[in-house]
Amino acid sequence: METPISKKHIDRPIAVRIDDLTVAYNYKPVLWDIDLVIPEGVLMAIVGPNGAGKSTLIKSILDIIKPIAGSVQIYNKPYKKQRSVVAYVPQKGSVDWDFPTTALDVVMMGTYGSLGWIKRPGQKQKKSALEALEKVGMLSFKDRQISQLSGGQQQRIFLARALVQNASIYFMDEPFQGVDATTEKAIINILKELRKAGKTVIVVHHDLQTVPEYFDWVTFLNVKKIATGPVKDIFNDDNLTKTYGINYKVSIQG
Amino acid sequence: MDITEYISLVFTDYTLRTITLGTAILGAICGMLGSFAVLRKQSLLGDAISHAALPGIAIAFLIMGAKNSNVLLLGALISGLIGTFWIRGITSKTHLKSDTALGLILSLFFGFGMLLLTYIQKQPNANQAGLDKYLFGQAATLVESDVWLMGIVTGVCLLVMLLFWKEFKILLFDADYTKTLGFNTKFIDILITTFIVLAIVLGLQTVGVVLMSAMLLAPAAAARQWTNSLGIMVFLAAIFGASSGVLGTAISASHNNLSTGPVIVLVAAVFVLFSFIFSPSRGLLFREIRFRKNRNDLHLHKTLSFMYNIAKDHEDISHPHAIKILNNFHGFTKKSLQSLEHKNYIHIQGNMWSMTQEGYHKAANLYNQQA
Repeated sequence: METPISKKHIDRPIAVRIDDLTVAYNYKPVLWDIDLVIPEGVLMAIVGPNGAGKSTLIKSILDIIKPIAGSVQIYNKPYKKQRSVVAYVPQKGSVDWDFPTTALDVVMMGTYGSLGWIKRPGQKQKKSALEALEKVGMLSFKDRQISQLSGGQQQRIFLARALVQNASIYFMDEPFQGVDATTEKAIINILKELRKAGKTVIVVHHDLQTVPEYFDWVTFLNVKKIATGPVKDIFNDDNLTKTYGINYKVSIQG
Repeated sequence: MDITEYISLVFTDYTLRTITLGTAILGAICGMLGSFAVLRKQSLLGDAISHAALPGIAIAFLIMGAKNSNVLLLGALISGLIGTFWIRGITSKTHLKSDTALGLILSLFFGFGMLLLTYIQKQPNANQAGLDKYLFGQAATLVESDVWLMGIVTGVCLLVMLLFWKEFKILLFDADYTKTLGFNTKFIDILITTFIVLAIVLGLQTVGVVLMSAMLLAPAAAARQWTNSLGIMVFLAAIFGASSGVLGTAISASHNNLSTGPVIVLVAAVFVLFSFIFSPSRGLLFREIRFRKNRNDLHLHKTLSFMYNIAKDHEDISHPHAIKILNNFHGFTKKSLQSLEHKNYIHIQGNMWSMTQEGYHKAANLYNQQA
């Protein structure tokens, strides 16, 4: 059962290739010599303890944090040339939700990249923003001031903003943080739909219990890369112990 | 001079017209750019920049030996910008937080500026008198060319803001995300900061180093209370700023020439106070009213649902019961019973109450409709 799945992925093109990526804050390495290859069309979880550098990995791939060494290739080209095929969902807590704007307006921001400098969003952009809002089930909240949305709704708005970008690769920083079971289901269904459409989705994830159910690919990270590959092959107690340091028993279904 | 005399003079008197126009434009540009500073949580940056401008004024005077206000403002601009970039440098290169960096630069530059001012005052130079007006500002020294300069800078600022509106908005909301979309966030950032420094430097002559940050923050803080749209907020802040300028000038001119800068700032503070209390959605007054109304409603609902629990055990829901069985523990008062009767939920006869069909229905669906 395990081998065919792995084979299927090996035949696919490489969506993201990271070589020798090293990030340090004040001489203390946060990420150490990361080599990582992510095949196209996987739904991948990045797991690891607090301070393992999961968010930093995403941010340095996206050039938000400057690494001290290493390179990132998106479909065999440097990231800077491939921004248009990459979308980012930041942590919900990274922005001020009391900002004077509406849900629709935030989702529209997803179109700004393709618009480029100065050009204003028009009817076409509004239409795709409304479609994205509908996809995440937030259409009826489009005119809400964003501070009047619940945590789960805010997360959906962030997701919708990334969907509008219509990218090939999605990086998401803890999209399940602080959301209820209904929202979690809704979000994972959207992620699985993205995968079905051939997109690559990379998610910083904290809940180890749900990894086998939600994801087909996983990367264990704790400053160094511990392991990466299909969930069925590598999501085991051995790797969990190596990553979290303690004997971390997780029951794996199936 | 009283206020009516002032109003007629504004249109005829050259000096008064110049000052009024100047403070109005200044208020508008400060309100506009102050909105950005407030939303970026950089409220104190304005304070640091204005204080950092002081040594620039003094050095410009020392070099030129004359009080040409444009040259002094250029000095202020340069030293304000240096201060700003040092603050950024300190926060990005060290472990210090931005409040520490702001405080450090503010006091360092201001101290140095004061030192230079006292040095200049000891010099045998007849020109030096009046340089200290930059501390608290003196609107009366505004001349037509100053107002032209303010007008041009405001115009350019408005143009740039309209041009880069989308970029400004997204950077203010989510800088990291803006970067992933391929925008040069550093450029947008420098653009916004430079305009904030420009607005501050323009205001130094009128409002002064010490009070300048209030011009920047007060209109924006007031405007935020009234709207949830960035565009309207910036527009309102400009209106509030301009009104503070005009009203402040009017009050100061009609009351024995009270110092204009402080009066303008106080008028702006009144705008803030008024907005904090009377804004419909965020104001303290309406929040308190909403709070009380909710509490009263909850009170009534509690009593009503207690009555419902009693009434539903009877075949005839309108069967009368003694008021006494609604003991105080369940929080009824004469007033709440009256209000329930007024809403036609219950009937009261003597010291008996009975539920109406409507009240019964309401009580049964009390929690369904909230879900």
